[in-house]
Amino acid sequence: MAFNYDKYLRVNKMPTLWCWGCGDGVILKATIRAIEKMGWDMDNVCVVSGIGCSGRFSSYIDCNTVHTTHGRTIAYATGIKLAKPHANVIVVAGDGDGLAIGGNHTIHGCRRNIDLNFILINNFIYGLTNSQTSPTTPRGMWTVSQKNGNIDPTFNACKLAIGAGASFVAREPMTDPKKLEKILVKAFSHKGFSFVEVNSNCHINLGRKNKMLSAMDNLKWIDSITLPLKKWEALEDEVEKENILPTGVLREVEQEEYCDMYKEIQMAAQGQRAKITQDDFEKKI
Amino acid sequence: MAREVISTGNELAAKAAVEAGARFFGGYPITPSSEVMHVSSDLLPKVGGTCIQMEDEIAGISAALGASMAGVKSFTATSGPGVSLKAEQIGLGFIAEIPLVIINVMRGGPSTGLPTRVSQADIGQAQYPTHGDYASITLCAGSLSECYTETVRGFNLAEKYMTPVFVLLDETIGHMHGKAILPDIEEIEAGIVDREKFHGDPADYKPYDVPMNKPAVLNPMFEGYKYHITGLHHGAEGFPTEDAQQCEFNIERLVGKINTVHLENNGLDDLPDYEEVDLEDADVCIIAYGSIALGAYEAVKKLRSEGIKAGLFRPIMLWPSPIKRLEELGEKFENRIMVTELNMGQYSKEIERVIKRNDFTTLLKANGRPIAPAEMVAKIKEMI
Repeated sequence: MAFNYDKYLRVNKMPTLWCWGCGDGVILKATIRAIEKMGWDMDNVCVVSGIGCSGRFSSYIDCNTVHTTHGRTIAYATGIKLAKPHANVIVVAGDGDGLAIGGNHTIHGCRRNIDLNFILINNFIYGLTNSQTSPTTPRGMWTVSQKNGNIDPTFNACKLAIGAGASFVAREPMTDPKKLEKILVKAFSHKGFSFVEVNSNCHINLGRKNKMLSAMDNLKWIDSITLPLKKWEALEDEVEKENILPTGVLREVEQEEYCDMYKEIQMAAQGQRAKITQDDFEKKI
Repeated sequence: MAREVISTGNELAAKAAVEAGARFFGGYPITPSSEVMHVSSDLLPKVGGTCIQMEDEIAGISAALGASMAGVKSFTATSGPGVSLKAEQIGLGFIAEIPLVIINVMRGGPSTGLPTRVSQADIGQAQYPTHGDYASITLCAGSLSECYTETVRGFNLAEKYMTPVFVLLDETIGHMHGKAILPDIEEIEAGIVDREKFHGDPADYKPYDVPMNKPAVLNPMFEGYKYHITGLHHGAEGFPTEDAQQCEFNIERLVGKINTVHLENNGLDDLPDYEEVDLEDADVCIIAYGSIALGAYEAVKKLRSEGIKAGLFRPIMLWPSPIKRLEELGEKFENRIMVTELNMGQYSKEIERVIKRNDFTTLLKANGRPIAPAEMVAKIKEMI
């Protein structure tokens, strides 16, 4: 039987505002299938989004949804999660939202290891506002804000997340939605901050001026710059390695989760346990 | 039974927040407000609440707004530069109608300004902290006791009108250490206002389907009423719209639910918007607020001891301003009014706007130092 998305969607808000052939719809559907696999009660789910095409993500899912300001998704979600730790919170942001204007919150969300499920939709461009350079726009590509070619070095979002201490880090292009769904289930199951970079297309505002006129051309390019982790590790040419993004689960470790730790603070404050000292932590500095 | 405590303004504001029902603080350290966070980090976990120091000012207020959306009374504390950074999120609070208390312990500006010195130069910022149209509620503590009572009032007004509320302290009053008389805890608890909730069928729930001049009805998250919150203009159900009529209604309602209601009801609650001292038989009227009013009490006494019948008008709710009373004072005292404040005339301009005359006297200072009673006395003598 075909999967029934209607149960999870605000069907009266369809069709979406996204362009024909946009990857955001594929990611939305993969997210919904992953939610169903998790068996989550939608009354207990919150989806927080920011500004950009990905910002509309929250309005289409039938749960508690917040469309926040540009870049601040993780900060709002941190307040929601700490206020109601039982909630399952999904945060959706684009590459501009999560890595440029909101970069600081991404770093500290990872560091804090609060149990948020962060989906970074990386389409390598500011799509909604017509093709400005984002922190992941490949060098040499044309953008409206760098009409002679982008010279800015790019962010490797997953390396950033690993460096900042996220306990679950994965990357998956939306070109294989089934794989993406599996990665999202793993991310949602993980206790702690889950960082999932999803590579997506924007043939309208990245492709058009960079020789990827159709969605398919753009998706083929994404496939050409991504490789499953094991195959990526087997690459011998260091320059080639630098230019290919490894996909799959890149880091998965157990670390103390922030809401759990704060519960200990509350217990200590209420005299239900000894006060917290360095002895409570394996990793101290 | 009233309670007597020895404390500071910043500590009392934090204590008030917790006793008013706040269970979430999100903030970032900034002089001279940091003690509000320090005390909150001690008090909140004791009552099952949360205090988190975020990575920056923006994250501090964002987390607090998020917690409030989830249904938990929340607050943040900062000073001028922090309010500047928080500005965009305050705007989301206004348009999405999220209750929040922002405690601003004012210091000298602009920019980094005078971090450790007193100022009242964020009065205008509190009225219009962010872009767009809306109406602000701003309370200003004029004593240690009011650091407590006005913070409590701030939470109740935020919940009643579904909006961010500013509670202004200044460096002097925030760091002042002394005796404060606080209302009995039972009295505080009896006066607590909780945001209105919709109890009907979730299928019928439209959070922003409210008449003109009424606040939205936002149920806490995770209680079966799934809805959408956005910083975009939105319709009755909370989803984005650009419909001209709807957008016009939204803005008129956001402004009207504060300003029109304040004007029509002569206040936003049953508590006084101002204090008057010896005004009935006075010949001259001093207008002062915040820590400067403490000096003004002394000036009134001194002037009276010298046979000059002075009185004091001290606004407590700065925005919306007590228009009717200010008009009456303008008629009664004509040009025998002296406005004294620690800025270049931010509240004086409001008085000029309301009483429609600019021939009153001002005693202004913006160098990080307080205004001494003797300076007020001298200015009044010059004036009469």
